[in-house]
Amino acid sequence: MTVIYWEEEMETLPRVGLESIQLRRLQHLVARVYKTVEPYRRKMDEAGVRPEDIKSLGDLGRLPFTAKDDLRNNYPFGLFTVPMEEVVRVHASSGTTGKSTVVGYTSKDIDTWAGIMARALCCAGTTREDMVQNAYGYGLFTGGLGAHYGIERLGATVIPVSGGNSKRQINIMKDFRSTVLLSTPSYALNLADAMDSLDIPPASLSLRVGIFGAEPWSENMREEVEKKLNLKAVDIYGLSEVMGPGVAQECLQSDRGMHIFEDHFLPEIIDPDSGEVLPAGEQGELVFTTLTKEAFPLIRYRTKDISRLIYEPCDCGRTLVRMEKVTGRTDDMLIIRGVNIFPSQVEHVLMGVEGVEPHYQIVVEREGNLDTMSVQVEVSEGLFSDEIRVLENLTKKIQADIKSLLGVTCRVKLVEPKTIQRSEGKAQRVIDNRKI
Amino acid sequence: MLVEQIAVFLENKSGRLAEITAILAENDTNIRALSVADTADFGILRLIVNDVEKARTILQEAGFTVGKTNVLAVEVVDKTGGLATVLKSLHNAGINVEYMYAFVNKSGGNAVLIFRFEKMDEAIDVLQKDGFTLLSGEQVCAL
Repeated sequence: MTVIYWEEEMETLPRVGLESIQLRRLQHLVARVYKTVEPYRRKMDEAGVRPEDIKSLGDLGRLPFTAKDDLRNNYPFGLFTVPMEEVVRVHASSGTTGKSTVVGYTSKDIDTWAGIMARALCCAGTTREDMVQNAYGYGLFTGGLGAHYGIERLGATVIPVSGGNSKRQINIMKDFRSTVLLSTPSYALNLADAMDSLDIPPASLSLRVGIFGAEPWSENMREEVEKKLNLKAVDIYGLSEVMGPGVAQECLQSDRGMHIFEDHFLPEIIDPDSGEVLPAGEQGELVFTTLTKEAFPLIRYRTKDISRLIYEPCDCGRTLVRMEKVTGRTDDMLIIRGVNIFPSQVEHVLMGVEGVEPHYQIVVEREGNLDTMSVQVEVSEGLFSDEIRVLENLTKKIQADIKSLLGVTCRVKLVEPKTIQRSEGKAQRVIDNRKI
Repeated sequence: MLVEQIAVFLENKSGRLAEITAILAENDTNIRALSVADTADFGILRLIVNDVEKARTILQEAGFTVGKTNVLAVEVVDKTGGLATVLKSLHNAGINVEYMYAFVNKSGGNAVLIFRFEKMDEAIDVLQKDGFTLLSGEQVCAL
């Protein structure tokens, strides 16, 4: 297979060259935020580091971290580095876990982002000939518009359908012959269900590639999506604080991990507890410094996403480091009776059981002083039996598999189909009813 | 000789059974026999109806998980020991019953026993050899 690059020179640059570009951009960035943004200046002064101290990429570790709270404390525009008349667009997070965070873009930022996103699409095998159905939500969420501009930049045809209304999505897919689908993986499964109930076999559609992201998903879930939608599913990574979709993209050749567009985003992996930078290849919290953003750059932003960096060369020829599929978030990590659990681990177990539908929910309660976890699984026709014994064996098997992988005993509750809420954006996997 | 039965998955929530029976009634589906097996969390409703495919489709459309299995219907005289003789014959042949339920046919004075076995074919041979009457699906619905 011939690999097509969007910006071949930058994507295949020897690391030495890449690092020199990164250092130059980093020095420029640090000098600029120190001069223009008071909260950054204050934190750097407190840490006793000045812009001229950044002499090599190794000095990055001397700079203070930026956390979600810094964004909230400076809500809405306090961390912008340019006057508001330079800002042409804002996006904001949903604020489900507190006050929302707002990010801004200059017109050059929008242009850079479109280029990065075009690179990501190209990396996933999308070309000008493709009909791209963009089912990421349009609006304050970066997914919809971020992908949209990249699809246009690439020269493919964008269908700006946004999220939701599955029946319409499928009609469009059929009538417009969409070849590429962009959505969250949970919504992709939702679409697969809808196809099933409309009696439209995925093989009758023209879908070729699905670019799925914005929430953690397991390898088993990938297989499920590929099988149910009859396409090749690749992972995309991004977060609004850092830019939006397109920070990293899995290529068609990689068997693990997404290429980080390192000339724009400088990654580190740290120990989430101590904040220490971990050696290459170790798993920890992903931290990003944006190298080219104007309106809202970030220095050492803690993403809370758990991943690892893979420096081994990739078959696609890109020299850009890969980040492993995000396996969880430091903040959706559940601690049940002292054991750390990520919803994606539970998902991995469930998807490994024949016939289990990819719709599940984890409910955590506190009974007395004891935390209990129950996993709700929908009973599909593939799982169902008219014999109690068979269903009981099934719940016991899931329970045992979770116990052996996670070391925690949970209750497995079989529920009727379609009773777990379907997502039109990010799936809500955990309901934590503990009052702590 | 086999009778088709549908099974429906039920969470233990109030009103589910009422909902299913209402759906079947609205669609002119007559229930000939039923049983509910339950655990603390869920139940399985097993039904023998006059139109299996129709009942299955309407329940699926209403969002239920529905399965179809084959069972055996054995007719015995409705008097003391009727069931015992059938079970004895099965026991002697070493055949295990997965589950069973029964209903009484008022007009004919007979009882109908519905059985699910692990080894359905062997069970048919044994019951026929011992002279029991096996009913077809049509016969069960005609009672």
